[in-house]
Amino acid sequence: MNTTIMLFLVQDGITNGAIYALLGLALVLVFAVTRVILIPQGEFVTYGALTYASLAAGQMPGTAKLALALGIGAFGFDLFVARKALHARLIVRSLITNIVLPAIVLALTLYFAAQKPPVAVCIALSLVIVAMIGLYLYRIAFQPLAHTSVLVLLIASVGVHLALQGLGLLFFGAEGQRGPAVLSGAFTAGALRFTGQSITVYAITIAFIVGLWLFFGLTLYGKALRATAVNRLGARLAGIRTTLSGQIAFLLASVIGALSGILIVPITTLYYDSGFLIGLKGFVAAIIGGLVSYPLTAVAALVVGIVEAFSSFYASNYKEVIVFMLLIPVLLLRSLAAPAVEEEKD
Amino acid sequence: MSALLSVADAHVAYGKVEAVRSVSLEVGANEIVTIVGANGAGKTTLLSAIMGILPLKGRVAFAGQDLARLDIEDRVAMGLGLVPEHRELFVTMNVEDNLELGAFRIERSRAKASMERVYTLFPRLKERRKQLAGTLSGGEQQMLAMGRALMGEPKLLMLDEPSLGLAPIIVADIFRIVTELRAAGVSVLLVEQNAQAALKIADQAYVMELGEFVLSGKASDIAANERVAASYLGFQHEGASVV
Repeated sequence: MNTTIMLFLVQDGITNGAIYALLGLALVLVFAVTRVILIPQGEFVTYGALTYASLAAGQMPGTAKLALALGIGAFGFDLFVARKALHARLIVRSLITNIVLPAIVLALTLYFAAQKPPVAVCIALSLVIVAMIGLYLYRIAFQPLAHTSVLVLLIASVGVHLALQGLGLLFFGAEGQRGPAVLSGAFTAGALRFTGQSITVYAITIAFIVGLWLFFGLTLYGKALRATAVNRLGARLAGIRTTLSGQIAFLLASVIGALSGILIVPITTLYYDSGFLIGLKGFVAAIIGGLVSYPLTAVAALVVGIVEAFSSFYASNYKEVIVFMLLIPVLLLRSLAAPAVEEEKD
Repeated sequence: MSALLSVADAHVAYGKVEAVRSVSLEVGANEIVTIVGANGAGKTTLLSAIMGILPLKGRVAFAGQDLARLDIEDRVAMGLGLVPEHRELFVTMNVEDNLELGAFRIERSRAKASMERVYTLFPRLKERRKQLAGTLSGGEQQMLAMGRALMGEPKLLMLDEPSLGLAPIIVADIFRIVTELRAAGVSVLLVEQNAQAALKIADQAYVMELGEFVLSGKASDIAANERVAASYLGFQHEGASVV
């Protein structure tokens, strides 16, 4: 093996690893705040990617309709929970976020889908659509279960994953799609060729990580999210609603998922069920980070990306197996480091 | 005059075990009310239920409004604050962030002034404002927990065993601050095993035994009551020299 091939593989691994890093960070965030292991993260990736690709190809994506349908469901939940103390302000607020907003987005999508919109519009619409789906899913599937055990939340999470994957097949069909590059063009540096798309992946990943860091470190809502993750009861006693933190976490996770999808789909052909494996690799990184450490997760994601690149070169049939086998020594070490099995506290 | 907090015929149960039975109490404006009693009498359970952490059967009204349908967060926004026994701090965040989050429901402009007031009450917190909450000493953590609750501008602050496990000199400090709060217009509902110290600063007092109030009245009368003296005050050696 010569150095050029090695450099290529490392470069390829870092591009993929950057995506896994984003997904891994989102998984850690959602778990820390809501205790949900977000299996449907992969569906946010496919939905983002395929919504973007459909729009760019001038097709109407079904996800916009799904967002409205879920919004109506979320509105129903809001009304039902508040049924004994309904007041106008609550109804209006819920109506705007759950029905008016997705209806407007649906109208915009219908309008733009008919006339092959520019890339920026496709990206914006895809992000907003998937963000809304994430938000309403939290309202419908997870908020009513917020007080239950991690296991119950995991089962709900698997259910949501299966439902979204089935709907994905319905919306996008069984064929794979590719989207237009966010940034076209390329340049070479030595033996390496950097495409505009891979530069975009690096830039957006770094920008997002810095953005998240600033959000959690400096803003009141970011701190509130951390507070909920550290001590749920303490946060409630400070007046921070657990549901608000959950909504922000899901919103961030779905935007991150969709963004990852939009970044990948010009490089790789994505199918309605491709997201699951991509999400799982983010999950591997998150587990190596112990589902708590953001920096460790980001580093682990890069390792996952690079291992994947090398194994697809040397043993491409086994590349998934090799990536997931990374987990075994990590879990072994972690179980040795913490021999006592702790019962779940809350 | 109607009371700031009024609890009528409250029952709190863990499953089938009733930890609090038919308890009624009132806290007026600018008043320190204490609930004293032995470990396991149900004091913490009662405070948790008033805050909405545990379900309560009976009537609880705060500032004239029935609390039955309100969440913890709504009660906080109304001006009811709880400093729980285990403090529930954000241990991986620094002192200033903990305080800032205490004012989550308060306007940003007012929160700044609140923080200055908390730092005046607890100068130690100001010295340690960039330190992580988890690395503070027990006394400092108690101060931070009280400071965080005060950042929410409570009308009534409920303190659960603020002196537990703290050095006598810090306990004295905390009891002094409780009386300062009353002077600043904050009512206090104080749950304490250190009955002697609590009765000294309180206006009204309730004695709790096995989930029920067995005695109530002016704190000075309760302190003078022979039965209370025999059951609680006689054994409070570590607290006796404090205040």
